[in-house]
Amino acid sequence: MIELFGVPLPALMGQLMLGLVNGSFYAMMSLGLAVIFGMLNIINFAHGALYMAGAFLAWMGMTYWEISYWWALILVPLALCVVGVIIERAFLQWLYKLDHLYGLLLTFGLALIIEGLFRDQYGVSGQPYPIPEELSGALNLGFMFLPKYRAWVIVASLLVCFATWFTIEKTRLGSYLRAATENPKLTQAFGINVPLMVMLTYGLGVALAGLAGVLAAPALQVNPLMGSNLIIAVFAVVVIGGMGSIFGSIVTGLGLGMIEGITKVFYPEISSTVVFIIMAIVLFIRPAGLFGREK
Amino acid sequence: MSAVEYLRVSDLHAFYGESHILHGMDLVVNKGECVSLLGRNGAGRTTTMRAIMGLTGRRTGSIMINGNQTINMAPHKIAQLGVGYCPEERGIYSSLSCEENLLMPPRVGSGGMSLDEIYAMFPNLYERRNSQGTRMSGGEQQMLAMARILRTGAKLLLLDEISEGLAPVIVQRLAEIIRALKEKGFTILLVEQNFRFAAPLADRMYVVEHGQVAMEIAQHELDSKREYLHEFLGV
Ligand SMILES: Nc1ncnc2c1ncn2[C@@H]1O[C@H](COP(=O)(O)OP(=O)(O)OP(=O)(O)O)[C@@H](O)[C@H]1O
Ligand SMILES: [Mg+2]
Repeated sequence: MIELFGVPLPALMGQLMLGLVNGSFYAMMSLGLAVIFGMLNIINFAHGALYMAGAFLAWMGMTYWEISYWWALILVPLALCVVGVIIERAFLQWLYKLDHLYGLLLTFGLALIIEGLFRDQYGVSGQPYPIPEELSGALNLGFMFLPKYRAWVIVASLLVCFATWFTIEKTRLGSYLRAATENPKLTQAFGINVPLMVMLTYGLGVALAGLAGVLAAPALQVNPLMGSNLIIAVFAVVVIGGMGSIFGSIVTGLGLGMIEGITKVFYPEISSTVVFIIMAIVLFIRPAGLFGREK
Repeated sequence: MSAVEYLRVSDLHAFYGESHILHGMDLVVNKGECVSLLGRNGAGRTTTMRAIMGLTGRRTGSIMINGNQTINMAPHKIAQLGVGYCPEERGIYSSLSCEENLLMPPRVGSGGMSLDEIYAMFPNLYERRNSQGTRMSGGEQQMLAMARILRTGAKLLLLDEISEGLAPVIVQRLAEIIRALKEKGFTILLVEQNFRFAAPLADRMYVVEHGQVAMEIAQHELDSKREYLHEFLGV
């Protein structure tokens, strides 16, 4: 059997793939946070709870209404987009002129409420969500078996991240978004409905969390705590990548997922803290993050 | 030729938070006219422009643009009536390239200038089209700030201190551009500190003081009012 640094290659590749799957979730989640922070100036602490809600909606859809995984991939993000728009209109729009702290506190409170609602209904034990038939089984790559569902999560999230990046950096709509992020008042004075864009940005950011939740449902157990477990690492990713950088959050998310995977092979004791160790080092060397701009 | 009113500001009061900045501004700009607002630092000229665009805090009074009452409109609705705003701080976006800055403002009216026409009028911008917006020189940024509102089909241009801090050759070039824009039929409200720049361009002038119009001067009255202007503006 081929070995690399004393570790069998399939085991190493397996962990690397698992790391990439985690990294895909990090990337999608931190991307949403970055876009929301840029436009709304709000650190969306509810992001993890909304991701969990996405996974639960997929599970509820399947359990109660026989909505398939594929429909959930479309319907759940739409539903969460509506939820996001309602949250923005009802609460967030009043906070833009205030310090970041208010947005953080409000969304933290929302996260607790959303999580509490699901815990109250379903307890903390996980609900299984079956892998759709089309994606069950594994691909034989010669040097390893790659579960099809993992490959799908990586491909799907890369596509979503690329599409988001492309829209923001390369299209006309994206130039409105960047302009409104940089100077909202002037951009509105050019005739762009900035308040509407802000509302939709939050809706889309939340939809992205919901989509990540649906993708996660078959890979992990659907559990009311899955959001708070993920969001802590995602915030570390955001800090490492630099708040507000689109490209940075994608690359950092994927990269840290892989680093975590490799750590599991070579030094499993620190695999759950390695992200935070890297965060501390990055903060020490580049306080604005790897891709952030110093203010 | 009878004058058609394009912009009429009446008894305009504007606030930034608790500070009451405009105390009953009254002014009229007719279609195709170039009108200048003169005044000392802090007189309230920038605030007048920002109030017209809906960018100050609370506003009261009346602002009619092309027959529409805009005092309660949101800024994007005001812009969509065909108003182009070139702010005092220029407001070039650093996250957009020169050309993206130029193409960013959406259409607000018909018959704007084409990109080719704009590049013919501002050849520097063509050379710098791929530069990051804020990596350009002050003069280039000023040209860009003006150029980007000419593409949109705006008929009323609000230009705030466009000659400020620029080399004499560039100021001269800007004067030529304003003349060309007048020929094309644009209606222009020009805030200026630089009296020598504004005087030959403006059909009429308003002297602003303490958030009010202190005096209106027509082009042909310039000579007779010279004493007054000298005292007021130090020119
Ligand atoms: N954002 C603001 N908040 C509070 N007060 C302001 C604000 N902006 C301007 N002011 C005040 O409003 C008054 C008028 O300012 P404005 O910028 O309109 O003057 P101006 O005539 O354009 O002069 P200049 O551009 O030469 O400084 C000044 O006293 C200024 O201090
Ligand atoms: Mg001013």
